[in-house]
Amino acid sequence: MAGRGVRLAAWLGERLPLQFLREQAEHKTVPVHRTSVFYFLGGMTLFFFVVQVATGILLMLYYRPSADEAFESVEFIMTTVAFGWLVRSIHSWSANLVIFFALLHLATVYFMKAYRAPREITWVTGCLLFFVLLAFGFSGYLLPWNQLAFFATKVGTDIAGSVPFVGEWLLRFLRGGDRVGGGTLSRFYGWHVAILPAIATLLLGIHLAQVQRQGMSVPPELEGRDAVRSMKFFPDFLLRDLFGWILALGVLAALAALFPWELGEKADPFAPAYANIRPEWYFVFMFETLKLVPGGSIAGIEFEAIPILLFGGVGGLLIAVPFLDRRPARRWPSGFSVAGLLALGYAVGMTAQGYRSWTPVYAVLATGIVLGILRVGTGGRGRA
Amino acid sequence: MHATGPSLTRRRLIDWFLGTSAGALLAWIAYPLVRFLSPPHVPEAATHHVEAGAVNDPEFLARGFRIVRFGADPVIVVRVAPDDYRAFSATCTHLDCIVEYQQAQRRIWCNCHNGEYDLLGRNVAGPPPRPLQRFEVDLVARGDQAPTVVVSRS
Repeated sequence: MAGRGVRLAAWLGERLPLQFLREQAEHKTVPVHRTSVFYFLGGMTLFFFVVQVATGILLMLYYRPSADEAFESVEFIMTTVAFGWLVRSIHSWSANLVIFFALLHLATVYFMKAYRAPREITWVTGCLLFFVLLAFGFSGYLLPWNQLAFFATKVGTDIAGSVPFVGEWLLRFLRGGDRVGGGTLSRFYGWHVAILPAIATLLLGIHLAQVQRQGMSVPPELEGRDAVRSMKFFPDFLLRDLFGWILALGVLAALAALFPWELGEKADPFAPAYANIRPEWYFVFMFETLKLVPGGSIAGIEFEAIPILLFGGVGGLLIAVPFLDRRPARRWPSGFSVAGLLALGYAVGMTAQGYRSWTPVYAVLATGIVLGILRVGTGGRGRA
Repeated sequence: MHATGPSLTRRRLIDWFLGTSAGALLAWIAYPLVRFLSPPHVPEAATHHVEAGAVNDPEFLARGFRIVRFGADPVIVVRVAPDDYRAFSATCTHLDCIVEYQQAQRRIWCNCHNGEYDLLGRNVAGPPPRPLQRFEVDLVARGDQAPTVVVSRS
């Protein structure tokens, strides 16, 4: 049996670049130090992304993207298709988890200053991927065509409409017309299942190829020291990744089974918005900021546009960080780290304000504690 | 047991645990997946009879037939003579195409693979393996208007 396997491998090796791929995979090493646990966050984001692709394709087999049928088809998936409730619940839970882990990945890479040369392209594609994930979340939210989705889309696209000069065009571009309706649904569906996946595939390809080629970044304070130990990415680190992914799959299945995602009521353009209506948690801080802005305009620009432009500007700055941070090897507290902490604090504070609850603050603290424990638990071990 | 040595036994035990765990994981994913991919059976409301229009419906007069919905299935209603209407399942028994009535040749014909049925629905030429299912037809008088063709399951 073993002999046959070897012969098959040899046969394939003569025809495929197996040796090259193997060398590529083994070439990369992962540094082992106090904060090695952060190296798992990108892989975890990737895992949930893959889950999204798989469950998304499954949902496409039954979903019907039209205002007349969308809600009913999701209802059909939830009630009639075998395990449809499970597939949809996993898709909804994993959608939130992929953004959660992307945020963690982004934050840890930012504070570890892993964006510094020569990894600027990895950072830029990573930031763009994060924005693509947000677009996935926003477009996917509408597809069940329920009340919550309908109003979230109305508000979200209306916000785009207040961008100076291009706002009106942008609003019609997003909605596929003047109003949120069946045309918007078709358009969001197209973005969600074709355009965004194409963009994400391209960005992810560059991102992962760069990571594989350049290896993991070592924190500035350890850089250049010979004493930094490392382990092979393949198979040592990948097996640890795999362990985490199996754990994540278990957690995901438990969440989906114990807390299946609700469907709500079918969208009705002539029903009033619910009380306490709010978007998905990752948009709440922006939504809450907009509530603080009074009506009115200055020099033809509505007040509402100011925070929107500000958020856009911050997004642009985030992408440009590797080019702005001239001395990334500086020790704490660097201006960039302080700015990052302030931005994080603002987002968490506004999210807590949006929910009228301390839960978002506790969630951030709990995440920090779990990462801290994992850091102690996993740091510094591994092969020399 | 002593002959194989303890390290080999331990290795094999671990391999066995690993293999069964991986197998269980795969089964745990594959079972819901296969069930999900199998389309559920959706019960259809039972249809007992449908109206296929008046005997002087322009379609009957011009082409000699109409295709009407009987529940979710198409039924062909043929005007064989002014007072003789016949109805059959319009789905060819060969490969699921929809048949038509050809007035000139007085036959039911399937264009997909040249299947031919006579006016009793019997497969007389070409590939169809079975006759078309026959439906019952009643001409129901409607006051002073032309009678209506009513198709029902026989």
